[in-house]
Amino acid sequence: MKITKEEVEHIARLSKLYLSEKEAEMFGEQLNKIIGYVEHLNSIDTSNTEPTSHVIPLNNVMRNDSPVLSLPAKEALRNAPDPTKKFYRVPKIIE
Amino acid sequence: MKSGVRSQGSGAGKYEAVIGLEVHAQMLTDTKIFCGCSTKFGSEPNTQTCPVCIGMPGVLPVLNRKAVEFAVRTGLALNCKISPYSRFARKNYFYPDLPKGYQISQYELPICEGGYVEIVVDGDVKKIGITRIHMEEDAGKNIHEGGGSYSFVDLNRAGVPLMEIVSEPDIRSPKEAAEYMKKLRTSLRYLGVCDGNMEQGSLRCDANVSIRPVGQKEYGIRAEVKNINSFKFVEKALEYEIKRQIKVVEEGGRVIQETRLFDSATGTTHSMRSKEEAHDYRYFPEPDLVPIKADAKWINEIKDALPELPDAKREMFVSEYGLPEYDADFLVSERSLAIWYEDAVKAGGQPKAVSNWMMVELMKLLNDENKTIEDCPVKPLQLARMLKLIDNGTISGKIAKTVFEDMYRTGKDAEIIVREKGLIQISDSSEIEKTVDEVIAKNPKEVERIKAGDEKLLGFFVGQIMKATKGKANPQMVNDLLKKKLQQ
Repeated sequence: MKITKEEVEHIARLSKLYLSEKEAEMFGEQLNKIIGYVEHLNSIDTSNTEPTSHVIPLNNVMRNDSPVLSLPAKEALRNAPDPTKKFYRVPKIIE
Repeated sequence: MKSGVRSQGSGAGKYEAVIGLEVHAQMLTDTKIFCGCSTKFGSEPNTQTCPVCIGMPGVLPVLNRKAVEFAVRTGLALNCKISPYSRFARKNYFYPDLPKGYQISQYELPICEGGYVEIVVDGDVKKIGITRIHMEEDAGKNIHEGGGSYSFVDLNRAGVPLMEIVSEPDIRSPKEAAEYMKKLRTSLRYLGVCDGNMEQGSLRCDANVSIRPVGQKEYGIRAEVKNINSFKFVEKALEYEIKRQIKVVEEGGRVIQETRLFDSATGTTHSMRSKEEAHDYRYFPEPDLVPIKADAKWINEIKDALPELPDAKREMFVSEYGLPEYDADFLVSERSLAIWYEDAVKAGGQPKAVSNWMMVELMKLLNDENKTIEDCPVKPLQLARMLKLIDNGTISGKIAKTVFEDMYRTGKDAEIIVREKGLIQISDSSEIEKTVDEVIAKNPKEVERIKAGDEKLLGFFVGQIMKATKGKANPQMVNDLLKKKLQQ
Protein backbone atom coordinates (compact mmCIF):
# COMPACT_ATOMS: atom_id res chain seq x y z
CA MET A 1 0.00 0.00 0.00
CA LYS A 2 1.28 3.41 -0.91
CA ILE A 3 -0.01 6.79 0.17
CA THR A 4 -0.36 9.09 -2.84
CA LYS A 5 0.29 12.80 -2.86
CA GLU A 6 -3.45 13.38 -3.37
CA GLU A 7 -4.24 11.37 -0.24
CA VAL A 8 -1.75 13.39 1.79
CA GLU A 9 -3.38 16.60 0.57
CA HIS A 10 -6.86 15.24 1.31
CA ILE A 11 -5.98 14.22 4.87
CA ALA A 12 -4.26 17.57 5.43
CA ARG A 13 -7.41 19.39 4.32
CA LEU A 14 -9.59 17.29 6.64
CA SER A 15 -7.18 18.09 9.47
CA LYS A 16 -7.22 21.80 8.59
CA LEU A 17 -3.48 21.71 7.90
CA TYR A 18 -2.01 23.77 5.08
CA LEU A 19 1.06 22.09 3.62
CA SER A 20 3.56 23.39 1.13
CA GLU A 21 4.50 21.17 -1.86
CA LYS A 22 7.71 20.24 -0.07
CA GLU A 23 5.95 19.43 3.19
CA ALA A 24 3.33 17.30 1.43
CA GLU A 25 6.11 15.29 -0.16
CA MET A 26 8.01 14.93 3.11
CA PHE A 27 4.96 13.83 5.11
CA GLY A 28 3.95 11.46 2.33
CA GLU A 29 7.30 9.71 2.61
CA GLN A 30 7.02 9.55 6.40
CA LEU A 31 3.46 8.19 6.26
CA ASN A 32 4.55 5.53 3.80
CA LYS A 33 7.33 4.46 6.16
CA ILE A 34 4.92 4.24 9.07
CA ILE A 35 2.37 2.24 7.10
CA GLY A 36 5.08 0.02 5.72
CA TYR A 37 6.22 -0.68 9.26
CA VAL A 38 2.74 -1.51 10.45
CA GLU A 39 2.25 -3.79 7.44
CA HIS A 40 4.78 -6.14 9.04
CA LEU A 41 1.86 -7.23 11.18
CA ASN A 42 0.20 -8.74 8.13
CA SER A 43 2.91 -11.41 8.03
CA ILE A 44 1.67 -12.84 11.34
CA ASP A 45 -0.80 -15.73 11.15
CA THR A 46 -3.93 -14.56 13.02
CA SER A 47 -6.33 -17.22 11.73
CA ASN A 48 -6.79 -18.55 15.28
CA THR A 49 -6.94 -15.18 17.01
CA GLU A 50 -10.23 -13.51 17.84
CA PRO A 51 -10.38 -9.98 16.42
CA THR A 52 -10.36 -7.24 19.03
CA SER A 53 -10.17 -3.48 19.23
CA HIS A 54 -8.78 -3.61 22.72
CA VAL A 55 -5.88 -5.49 24.25
CA ILE A 56 -6.90 -5.15 27.93
CA PRO A 57 -9.22 -7.99 29.00
CA LEU A 58 -11.87 -5.66 30.42
CA ASN A 59 -15.53 -4.94 29.62
CA ASN A 60 -18.30 -2.79 31.05
CA VAL A 61 -16.25 -0.19 32.88
CA MET A 62 -19.02 2.24 33.82
CA ARG A 63 -19.87 4.89 36.37
CA ASN A 64 -23.09 5.79 38.14
CA ASP A 65 -25.15 8.72 36.94
CA SER A 66 -24.20 11.01 39.83
CA PRO A 67 -23.19 14.62 39.14
CA VAL A 68 -19.86 15.99 40.28
CA LEU A 69 -18.72 19.61 40.38
CA SER A 70 -17.80 21.16 37.06
CA LEU A 71 -15.12 23.76 36.42
CA PRO A 72 -16.07 27.42 36.89
CA ALA A 73 -16.44 29.14 33.50
CA LYS A 74 -13.38 31.29 34.19
CA GLU A 75 -11.25 28.21 34.82
CA ALA A 76 -12.64 26.31 31.82
CA LEU A 77 -11.97 29.23 29.47
CA ARG A 78 -8.46 29.90 30.74
CA ASN A 79 -6.66 28.00 27.99
CA ALA A 80 -8.84 29.34 25.19
CA PRO A 81 -6.96 31.55 22.73
CA ASP A 82 -9.75 34.15 22.50
CA PRO A 83 -12.35 33.85 25.25
CA THR A 84 -14.96 36.40 26.33
CA LYS A 85 -16.23 36.42 29.90
CA LYS A 86 -18.64 33.55 29.21
CA PHE A 87 -17.81 32.06 25.83
CA TYR A 88 -15.13 30.65 23.59
CA ARG A 89 -14.92 33.18 20.77
CA VAL A 90 -14.14 31.88 17.30
CA PRO A 91 -14.13 33.34 13.78
CA LYS A 92 -17.68 33.52 12.42
CA ILE A 93 -18.99 30.11 11.40
CA ILE A 94 -20.75 30.49 8.07
CA GLU A 95 -23.22 27.82 6.95
CA MET B 1 -48.33 5.20 -2.64
CA LYS B 2 -49.96 7.55 -0.21
CA SER B 3 -51.99 10.55 -1.18
CA GLY B 4 -49.63 13.04 0.47
CA VAL B 5 -47.27 13.01 -2.47
CA ARG B 6 -49.79 12.42 -5.20
CA SER B 7 -51.66 15.60 -4.42
CA GLN B 8 -48.65 17.78 -5.02
CA GLY B 9 -49.45 19.18 -8.42
CA SER B 10 -48.40 18.23 -11.93
CA GLY B 11 -46.06 15.32 -12.40
CA ALA B 12 -46.22 14.32 -8.76
CA GLY B 13 -48.41 11.27 -9.33
CA LYS B 14 -45.68 9.60 -11.37
CA TYR B 15 -43.25 9.56 -8.46
CA GLU B 16 -43.10 8.15 -5.01
CA ALA B 17 -40.98 9.43 -2.17
CA VAL B 18 -38.58 7.25 -0.19
CA ILE B 19 -37.76 8.64 3.23
CA GLY B 20 -35.57 7.47 6.08
CA LEU B 21 -35.23 9.43 9.31
CA GLU B 22 -32.26 9.82 11.63
CA VAL B 23 -33.52 10.97 14.98
CA HIS B 24 -31.22 12.26 17.71
CA ALA B 25 -32.70 12.03 21.18
CA GLN B 26 -31.01 13.59 24.19
CA MET B 27 -31.16 11.12 27.04
CA LEU B 28 -32.63 12.21 30.37
CA THR B 29 -29.60 11.32 32.44
CA ASP B 30 -28.42 13.64 35.22
CA THR B 31 -24.84 13.62 33.97
CA LYS B 32 -23.00 13.57 30.66
CA ILE B 33 -22.16 10.35 28.86
CA PHE B 34 -18.42 10.25 29.68
CA CYS B 35 -18.03 12.56 32.70
CA GLY B 36 -19.94 13.65 35.79
CA CYS B 37 -20.87 17.15 34.55
CA SER B 38 -24.56 18.04 34.90
CA THR B 39 -26.81 17.93 31.84
CA LYS B 40 -29.25 20.55 33.16
CA PHE B 41 -30.66 22.71 30.37
CA GLY B 42 -30.51 26.50 30.45
CA SER B 43 -27.58 27.06 32.83
CA GLU B 44 -25.05 29.88 32.40
CA PRO B 45 -22.76 29.15 29.43
CA ASN B 46 -19.65 27.08 30.05
CA THR B 47 -20.45 26.33 33.69
CA GLN B 48 -21.10 22.61 33.15
CA THR B 49 -17.80 21.45 31.70
CA CYS B 50 -14.68 19.65 32.91
CA PRO B 51 -11.36 18.54 31.43
CA VAL B 52 -13.03 15.41 29.93
CA CYS B 53 -15.81 17.14 27.99
CA ILE B 54 -13.68 20.10 26.84
CA GLY B 55 -11.06 17.76 25.45
CA MET B 56 -8.02 18.42 27.63
CA PRO B 57 -5.08 16.13 26.90
CA GLY B 58 -4.51 13.12 29.10
CA VAL B 59 -8.06 12.68 30.38
CA LEU B 60 -10.07 9.47 30.07
CA PRO B 61 -13.80 9.11 29.42
CA VAL B 62 -15.82 6.74 31.65
CA LEU B 63 -19.18 5.54 30.36
CA ASN B 64 -22.42 6.47 32.18
CA ARG B 65 -24.24 3.20 32.98
CA LYS B 66 -27.62 4.93 32.90
CA ALA B 67 -27.07 6.02 29.29
CA VAL B 68 -26.52 2.40 28.25
CA GLU B 69 -29.61 1.32 30.19
CA PHE B 70 -31.68 4.00 28.48
CA ALA B 71 -30.46 2.92 25.04
CA VAL B 72 -31.20 -0.74 25.83
CA ARG B 73 -34.62 0.18 27.24
CA THR B 74 -35.42 2.06 24.04
CA GLY B 75 -34.14 -0.78 21.89
CA LEU B 76 -36.32 -3.30 23.70
CA ALA B 77 -39.39 -1.07 23.39
CA LEU B 78 -38.74 -0.60 19.65
CA ASN B 79 -38.43 -4.35 19.08
CA CYS B 80 -34.67 -4.28 18.45
CA LYS B 81 -32.04 -6.94 19.05
CA ILE B 82 -29.67 -5.85 21.81
CA SER B 83 -26.09 -6.46 20.75
CA PRO B 84 -24.29 -8.78 23.16
CA TYR B 85 -21.05 -6.99 22.26
CA SER B 86 -20.89 -3.33 21.43
CA ARG B 87 -18.24 -0.62 21.29
CA PHE B 88 -17.59 3.03 20.65
CA ALA B 89 -15.79 4.62 17.71
CA ARG B 90 -14.26 7.98 16.95
CA LYS B 91 -15.85 10.07 14.24
CA ASN B 92 -13.27 12.61 13.18
CA TYR B 93 -14.13 16.11 12.00
CA PHE B 94 -13.28 19.68 12.85
CA TYR B 95 -15.86 22.10 14.11
CA PRO B 96 -15.67 24.73 16.86
CA ASP B 97 -18.36 23.00 18.95
CA LEU B 98 -16.38 19.74 19.04
CA PRO B 99 -13.47 20.28 21.43
CA LYS B 100 -11.65 16.96 20.89
CA GLY B 101 -11.71 17.12 17.09
CA TYR B 102 -13.68 13.87 17.14
CA GLN B 103 -17.05 12.77 18.40
CA ILE B 104 -17.24 9.56 20.40
CA SER B 105 -20.00 7.63 18.67
CA GLN B 106 -20.72 4.05 17.63
CA TYR B 107 -20.04 2.73 14.18
CA GLU B 108 -19.95 -0.93 13.27
CA LEU B 109 -21.17 -2.41 16.56
CA PRO B 110 -24.10 -0.30 17.78
CA ILE B 111 -25.96 -1.19 20.97
CA CYS B 112 -29.28 -2.03 19.21
CA GLU B 113 -30.17 -3.26 15.73
CA GLY B 114 -33.11 -4.36 13.63
CA GLY B 115 -36.36 -3.19 15.26
CA TYR B 116 -39.57 -1.57 14.09
CA VAL B 117 -42.27 0.94 15.00
CA GLU B 118 -45.93 0.57 14.04
CA ILE B 119 -47.76 3.65 12.81
CA VAL B 120 -51.34 4.19 11.68
CA VAL B 121 -51.85 6.28 8.54
CA ASP B 122 -55.31 6.72 7.00
CA GLY B 123 -56.55 3.78 9.05
CA ASP B 124 -53.84 1.38 7.90
CA VAL B 125 -51.19 -0.05 10.22
CA LYS B 126 -47.70 0.17 8.78
CA LYS B 127 -44.38 -1.08 10.12
CA ILE B 128 -41.40 1.26 9.88
CA GLY B 129 -38.12 -0.60 10.33
CA ILE B 130 -35.47 0.60 12.75
CA THR B 131 -32.01 -0.08 11.32
CA ARG B 132 -30.10 0.71 14.49
CA ILE B 133 -29.87 2.73 17.67
CA HIS B 134 -26.46 3.93 18.73
CA MET B 135 -25.12 6.06 21.56
CA GLU B 136 -22.97 9.11 21.10
CA GLU B 137 -22.02 12.40 22.71
CA ASP B 138 -23.64 15.69 21.76
CA ALA B 139 -21.57 18.64 20.52
CA GLY B 140 -21.54 22.12 22.06
CA LYS B 141 -23.71 24.97 20.95
CA ASN B 142 -22.67 27.74 18.56
CA ILE B 143 -24.18 31.17 18.90
CA HIS B 144 -23.98 33.40 15.84
CA GLU B 145 -26.13 36.35 16.84
CA GLY B 146 -24.73 39.69 17.84
CA GLY B 147 -21.08 38.87 17.35
CA GLY B 148 -20.22 40.71 14.14
CA SER B 149 -17.44 38.67 12.61
CA TYR B 150 -17.37 36.20 15.51
CA SER B 151 -19.33 33.18 16.71
CA PHE B 152 -19.48 32.08 20.34
CA VAL B 153 -19.26 28.55 21.71
CA ASP B 154 -20.99 27.17 24.80
CA LEU B 155 -19.76 23.69 25.71
CA ASN B 156 -22.39 22.88 28.36
CA ARG B 157 -24.06 20.55 25.84
CA ALA B 158 -20.79 18.91 24.76
CA GLY B 159 -20.89 15.33 26.05
CA VAL B 160 -24.62 15.15 26.77
CA PRO B 161 -25.69 11.59 25.90
CA LEU B 162 -27.59 11.11 22.66
CA MET B 163 -29.27 8.16 21.05
CA GLU B 164 -29.35 8.18 17.28
CA ILE B 165 -32.33 6.19 16.07
CA VAL B 166 -31.98 5.36 12.38
CA SER B 167 -35.02 4.18 10.44
CA GLU B 168 -35.08 2.02 7.33
CA PRO B 169 -36.11 3.87 4.15
CA ASP B 170 -39.65 2.56 4.71
CA ILE B 171 -41.42 5.92 4.90
CA ARG B 172 -43.32 6.91 1.76
CA SER B 173 -44.89 10.28 2.52
CA PRO B 174 -44.43 13.35 4.72
CA LYS B 175 -47.54 12.31 6.63
CA GLU B 176 -46.04 8.91 7.44
CA ALA B 177 -42.87 10.66 8.57
CA ALA B 178 -44.86 12.91 10.92
CA GLU B 179 -46.74 9.89 12.33
CA TYR B 180 -43.47 8.05 12.84
CA MET B 181 -41.98 11.03 14.68
CA LYS B 182 -45.08 11.36 16.86
CA LYS B 183 -45.00 7.68 17.71
CA LEU B 184 -41.31 7.75 18.48
CA ARG B 185 -41.66 10.83 20.67
CA THR B 186 -44.55 9.36 22.65
CA SER B 187 -42.62 6.11 23.15
CA LEU B 188 -39.46 7.92 24.30
CA ARG B 189 -41.50 9.98 26.77
CA TYR B 190 -43.28 6.87 28.10
CA LEU B 191 -39.92 5.22 28.56
CA GLY B 192 -38.64 8.26 30.44
CA VAL B 193 -35.47 8.33 28.33
CA CYS B 194 -36.02 11.67 26.52
CA ASP B 195 -38.32 14.64 27.10
CA GLY B 196 -39.04 14.89 23.37
CA ASN B 197 -38.81 18.68 23.20
CA MET B 198 -37.96 19.51 19.58
CA GLU B 199 -37.95 23.27 20.15
CA GLN B 200 -35.31 22.97 22.86
CA GLY B 201 -33.36 20.53 20.70
CA SER B 202 -33.68 17.47 22.89
CA LEU B 203 -35.26 15.65 19.93
CA ARG B 204 -33.79 16.39 16.49
CA CYS B 205 -34.54 14.96 13.12
CA ASP B 206 -32.57 14.65 9.87
CA ALA B 207 -34.24 13.14 6.83
CA ASN B 208 -32.85 11.21 3.88
CA VAL B 209 -35.15 11.86 0.97
CA SER B 210 -35.24 10.56 -2.58
CA ILE B 211 -37.87 10.08 -5.25
CA ARG B 212 -38.35 7.36 -7.85
CA PRO B 213 -40.89 6.68 -10.59
CA VAL B 214 -43.80 4.64 -9.24
CA GLY B 215 -43.04 0.96 -9.80
CA GLN B 216 -39.26 1.33 -9.86
CA LYS B 217 -37.43 -0.90 -7.39
CA GLU B 218 -34.11 0.96 -7.17
CA TYR B 219 -33.81 3.97 -4.93
CA GLY B 220 -33.11 7.38 -6.41
CA ILE B 221 -30.21 9.61 -5.36
CA ARG B 222 -30.97 10.99 -1.93
CA ALA B 223 -30.51 14.34 -0.29
CA GLU B 224 -30.11 14.74 3.45
CA VAL B 225 -32.31 17.43 4.97
CA LYS B 226 -31.05 18.84 8.26
CA ASN B 227 -32.30 21.38 10.78
CA ILE B 228 -35.90 20.19 11.08
CA ASN B 229 -36.16 21.66 14.56
CA SER B 230 -39.87 21.71 15.26
CA PHE B 231 -42.61 19.15 15.19
CA LYS B 232 -44.72 21.06 12.73
CA PHE B 233 -41.80 21.35 10.29
CA VAL B 234 -41.33 17.61 9.73
CA GLU B 235 -44.11 17.42 7.15
CA LYS B 236 -43.42 20.85 5.71
CA ALA B 237 -39.70 20.29 5.13
CA LEU B 238 -40.30 16.91 3.46
CA GLU B 239 -43.13 18.19 1.27
CA TYR B 240 -40.90 20.97 0.01
CA GLU B 241 -37.93 18.68 -0.62
CA ILE B 242 -40.02 16.09 -2.50
CA LYS B 243 -41.56 18.80 -4.69
CA ARG B 244 -38.13 20.23 -5.36
CA GLN B 245 -36.69 16.86 -6.43
CA ILE B 246 -39.69 16.14 -8.68
CA LYS B 247 -39.24 19.52 -10.32
CA VAL B 248 -35.52 18.88 -10.91
CA VAL B 249 -36.28 15.53 -12.57
CA GLU B 250 -39.28 16.84 -14.55
CA GLU B 251 -37.09 19.59 -15.97
CA GLY B 252 -34.61 16.99 -17.18
CA GLY B 253 -32.10 17.50 -14.38
CA ARG B 254 -30.64 15.08 -11.85
CA VAL B 255 -30.89 15.09 -8.09
CA ILE B 256 -27.43 15.22 -6.55
CA GLN B 257 -26.35 13.67 -3.28
CA GLU B 258 -25.92 16.55 -0.86
CA THR B 259 -26.79 17.94 2.54
CA ARG B 260 -29.58 20.52 2.55
CA LEU B 261 -30.62 22.82 5.33
CA PHE B 262 -34.29 23.45 6.07
CA ASP B 263 -35.16 27.11 6.57
CA SER B 264 -38.31 27.35 8.67
CA ALA B 265 -38.81 31.04 7.81
CA THR B 266 -39.24 30.33 4.08
CA GLY B 267 -40.31 26.68 4.29
CA THR B 268 -37.59 25.75 1.79
CA THR B 269 -34.35 23.76 1.80
CA HIS B 270 -31.04 24.95 0.45
CA SER B 271 -27.75 23.24 -0.31
CA MET B 272 -24.95 23.20 2.27
CA ARG B 273 -22.01 22.78 -0.07
CA SER B 274 -19.51 23.42 2.71
CA LYS B 275 -20.10 19.93 4.09
CA GLU B 276 -19.10 17.98 0.98
CA GLU B 277 -15.51 17.07 1.55
CA ALA B 278 -15.88 16.84 5.31
CA HIS B 279 -17.96 13.66 4.93
CA ASP B 280 -14.82 11.55 5.28
CA TYR B 281 -15.00 10.81 9.00
CA ARG B 282 -12.23 8.17 9.26
CA TYR B 283 -14.02 6.18 11.96
CA PHE B 284 -11.90 3.90 14.12
CA PRO B 285 -12.55 2.04 17.39
CA GLU B 286 -12.29 4.31 20.44
CA PRO B 287 -9.14 3.18 22.30
CA ASP B 288 -10.04 5.04 25.52
CA LEU B 289 -13.19 3.01 26.22
CA VAL B 290 -13.57 -0.72 26.76
CA PRO B 291 -16.34 -2.67 25.00
CA ILE B 292 -19.84 -3.18 26.40
CA LYS B 293 -21.01 -6.73 27.00
CA ALA B 294 -24.75 -6.70 27.64
CA ASP B 295 -25.45 -10.06 29.25
CA ALA B 296 -28.89 -11.67 29.35
CA LYS B 297 -29.33 -10.98 33.05
CA TRP B 298 -28.86 -7.24 32.65
CA ILE B 299 -31.08 -7.09 29.57
CA ASN B 300 -33.81 -9.02 31.41
CA GLU B 301 -33.64 -6.65 34.36
CA ILE B 302 -34.19 -3.72 32.01
CA LYS B 303 -36.96 -5.61 30.19
CA ASP B 304 -38.79 -6.36 33.44
CA ALA B 305 -38.73 -2.69 34.39
CA LEU B 306 -40.20 -1.50 31.04
CA PRO B 307 -43.32 0.62 31.52
CA GLU B 308 -46.51 -0.18 29.63
CA LEU B 309 -46.23 1.46 26.21
CA PRO B 310 -48.91 3.55 24.49
CA ASP B 311 -50.14 0.77 22.18
CA ALA B 312 -50.68 -1.66 25.05
CA LYS B 313 -52.34 1.05 27.12
CA ARG B 314 -54.67 2.03 24.30
CA GLU B 315 -55.74 -1.58 23.87
CA MET B 316 -56.38 -1.90 27.61
CA PHE B 317 -58.43 1.30 27.72
CA VAL B 318 -60.63 0.03 24.90
CA SER B 319 -61.07 -3.56 26.08
CA GLU B 320 -61.17 -3.06 29.83
CA TYR B 321 -62.76 0.36 30.19
CA GLY B 322 -64.89 0.22 27.05
CA LEU B 323 -63.56 3.54 25.76
CA PRO B 324 -64.02 4.53 22.11
CA GLU B 325 -60.78 4.47 20.06
CA TYR B 326 -60.89 8.25 19.84
CA ASP B 327 -60.84 8.69 23.62
CA ALA B 328 -58.15 6.04 24.06
CA ASP B 329 -55.93 7.68 21.41
CA PHE B 330 -56.16 11.00 23.16
CA LEU B 331 -55.55 9.64 26.65
CA VAL B 332 -52.45 7.63 25.71
CA SER B 333 -50.86 10.45 23.71
CA GLU B 334 -48.96 11.45 26.86
CA ARG B 335 -47.96 9.08 29.62
CA SER B 336 -48.89 11.65 32.26
CA LEU B 337 -52.42 11.94 30.83
CA ALA B 338 -52.84 8.17 30.81
CA ILE B 339 -51.64 7.94 34.41
CA TRP B 340 -53.98 10.75 35.51
CA TYR B 341 -56.85 9.02 33.76
CA GLU B 342 -56.13 5.64 35.32
CA ASP B 343 -55.82 7.19 38.77
CA ALA B 344 -59.23 8.85 38.40
CA VAL B 345 -60.83 5.60 37.25
CA LYS B 346 -59.18 3.64 40.04
CA ALA B 347 -60.53 6.23 42.48
CA GLY B 348 -64.03 5.22 41.40
CA GLY B 349 -64.72 7.46 38.41
CA GLN B 350 -66.86 5.90 35.69
CA PRO B 351 -64.39 5.34 32.78
CA LYS B 352 -66.28 7.15 30.04
CA ALA B 353 -67.34 10.01 32.32
CA VAL B 354 -63.72 10.58 33.42
CA SER B 355 -62.62 10.58 29.79
CA ASN B 356 -65.33 13.10 28.81
CA TRP B 357 -64.46 15.46 31.64
CA MET B 358 -60.76 15.24 30.88
CA MET B 359 -61.12 15.77 27.12
CA VAL B 360 -63.55 18.66 27.37
CA GLU B 361 -63.53 20.61 30.65
CA LEU B 362 -60.08 19.79 31.94
CA MET B 363 -58.26 20.26 28.63
CA LYS B 364 -60.03 23.56 28.05
CA LEU B 365 -58.91 24.92 31.41
CA LEU B 366 -55.35 23.67 30.93
CA ASN B 367 -55.07 24.91 27.34
CA ASP B 368 -56.37 28.36 28.30
CA GLU B 369 -53.36 28.73 30.56
CA ASN B 370 -50.94 26.80 28.36
CA LYS B 371 -50.52 24.26 31.13
CA THR B 372 -49.98 20.52 30.98
CA ILE B 373 -51.59 17.82 33.08
CA GLU B 374 -48.50 17.82 35.34
CA ASP B 375 -49.44 21.32 36.56
CA CYS B 376 -53.12 20.48 36.98
CA PRO B 377 -54.43 21.78 40.34
CA VAL B 378 -57.26 19.22 40.34
CA LYS B 379 -56.19 15.74 41.45
CA PRO B 380 -57.62 12.56 39.83
CA LEU B 381 -59.32 11.58 43.09
CA GLN B 382 -61.04 14.98 43.23
CA LEU B 383 -62.57 14.49 39.78
CA ALA B 384 -63.73 11.00 40.74
CA ARG B 385 -65.44 12.38 43.84
CA MET B 386 -67.11 15.17 41.92
CA LEU B 387 -68.48 12.62 39.44
CA LYS B 388 -69.94 10.75 42.41
CA LEU B 389 -71.83 13.90 43.40
CA ILE B 390 -73.42 13.91 39.94
CA ASP B 391 -74.20 10.19 40.11
CA ASN B 392 -75.89 10.37 43.49
CA GLY B 393 -77.90 13.39 42.48
CA THR B 394 -76.24 15.91 44.82
CA ILE B 395 -75.45 18.23 41.91
CA SER B 396 -76.63 18.43 38.33
CA GLY B 397 -74.27 17.93 35.40
CA LYS B 398 -74.65 21.59 34.55
CA ILE B 399 -73.77 22.84 38.03
CA ALA B 400 -70.86 20.38 38.00
CA LYS B 401 -69.19 22.45 35.27
CA THR B 402 -69.12 25.50 37.56
CA VAL B 403 -68.00 23.36 40.47
CA PHE B 404 -65.21 21.88 38.40
CA GLU B 405 -63.97 25.29 37.32
CA ASP B 406 -63.95 26.33 40.98
CA MET B 407 -62.02 23.21 41.88
CA TYR B 408 -59.49 24.10 39.19
CA ARG B 409 -59.11 27.70 40.41
CA THR B 410 -59.01 26.96 44.14
CA GLY B 411 -57.84 23.34 44.42
CA LYS B 412 -60.75 22.74 46.81
CA ASP B 413 -62.77 19.51 46.93
CA ALA B 414 -66.13 19.45 45.14
CA GLU B 415 -68.01 18.66 48.38
CA ILE B 416 -66.65 21.81 50.02
CA ILE B 417 -67.47 24.04 47.07
CA VAL B 418 -70.99 22.62 46.84
CA ARG B 419 -71.56 23.20 50.55
CA GLU B 420 -70.00 26.66 50.64
CA LYS B 421 -71.94 27.91 47.65
CA GLY B 422 -75.17 26.09 48.43
CA LEU B 423 -75.22 24.31 45.09
CA ILE B 424 -76.90 21.13 46.24
CA GLN B 425 -79.42 19.99 43.68
CA ILE B 426 -83.09 20.29 44.61
CA SER B 427 -84.54 16.81 44.27
CA ASP B 428 -87.45 17.41 46.61
CA SER B 429 -90.45 16.99 44.29
CA SER B 430 -92.80 19.19 46.34
CA GLU B 431 -90.30 22.06 46.24
CA ILE B 432 -89.79 21.67 42.49
CA GLU B 433 -93.52 21.36 41.94
CA LYS B 434 -94.05 24.67 43.72
CA THR B 435 -91.65 26.43 41.36
CA VAL B 436 -93.14 24.68 38.34
CA ASP B 437 -96.63 25.82 39.33
CA GLU B 438 -95.39 29.38 39.83
CA VAL B 439 -93.73 29.53 36.43
CA ILE B 440 -96.81 28.07 34.72
CA ALA B 441 -99.07 30.58 36.46
CA LYS B 442 -96.85 33.48 35.36
CA ASN B 443 -96.83 32.53 31.68
CA PRO B 444 -100.42 31.78 30.58
CA LYS B 445 -99.79 32.71 26.91
CA GLU B 446 -96.91 30.27 26.58
CA VAL B 447 -99.01 27.58 28.24
CA GLU B 448 -101.69 28.13 25.57
CA ARG B 449 -99.16 27.80 22.80
CA ILE B 450 -97.54 24.67 24.17
CA LYS B 451 -100.95 23.08 24.58
CA ALA B 452 -101.66 23.99 20.95
CA GLY B 453 -98.65 21.89 19.98
CA ASP B 454 -95.66 24.26 20.08
CA GLU B 455 -93.37 21.75 21.81
CA LYS B 456 -90.28 23.94 21.44
CA LEU B 457 -91.58 26.07 24.30
CA LEU B 458 -90.80 23.29 26.76
CA GLY B 459 -87.22 24.53 26.77
CA PHE B 460 -88.43 27.99 27.70
CA PHE B 461 -90.18 26.62 30.77
CA VAL B 462 -87.18 24.55 31.80
CA GLY B 463 -85.04 27.68 31.50
CA GLN B 464 -87.40 29.72 33.65
CA ILE B 465 -87.49 27.07 36.36
CA MET B 466 -83.71 26.72 36.35
CA LYS B 467 -83.40 30.48 36.64
CA ALA B 468 -85.78 30.53 39.57
CA THR B 469 -83.83 27.77 41.35
CA LYS B 470 -80.40 29.14 40.37
CA GLY B 471 -79.78 26.01 38.30
CA LYS B 472 -80.17 23.72 41.27
CA ALA B 473 -83.37 21.93 40.34
CA ASN B 474 -82.90 18.34 39.27
CA PRO B 475 -83.35 18.69 35.48
CA GLN B 476 -84.88 15.24 35.01
CA MET B 477 -87.53 15.94 37.64
CA VAL B 478 -88.25 19.36 36.15
CA ASN B 479 -88.79 17.79 32.75
CA ASP B 480 -91.06 15.08 34.05
CA LEU B 481 -93.16 17.48 36.14
CA LEU B 482 -93.50 20.00 33.32
CA LYS B 483 -94.64 17.39 30.85
CA LYS B 484 -97.13 16.01 33.30
CA LYS B 485 -98.60 19.42 34.13
CA LEU B 486 -98.66 20.86 30.63
CA GLN B 487 -100.28 17.81 29.12
CA GLN B 488 -103.18 18.05 31.53
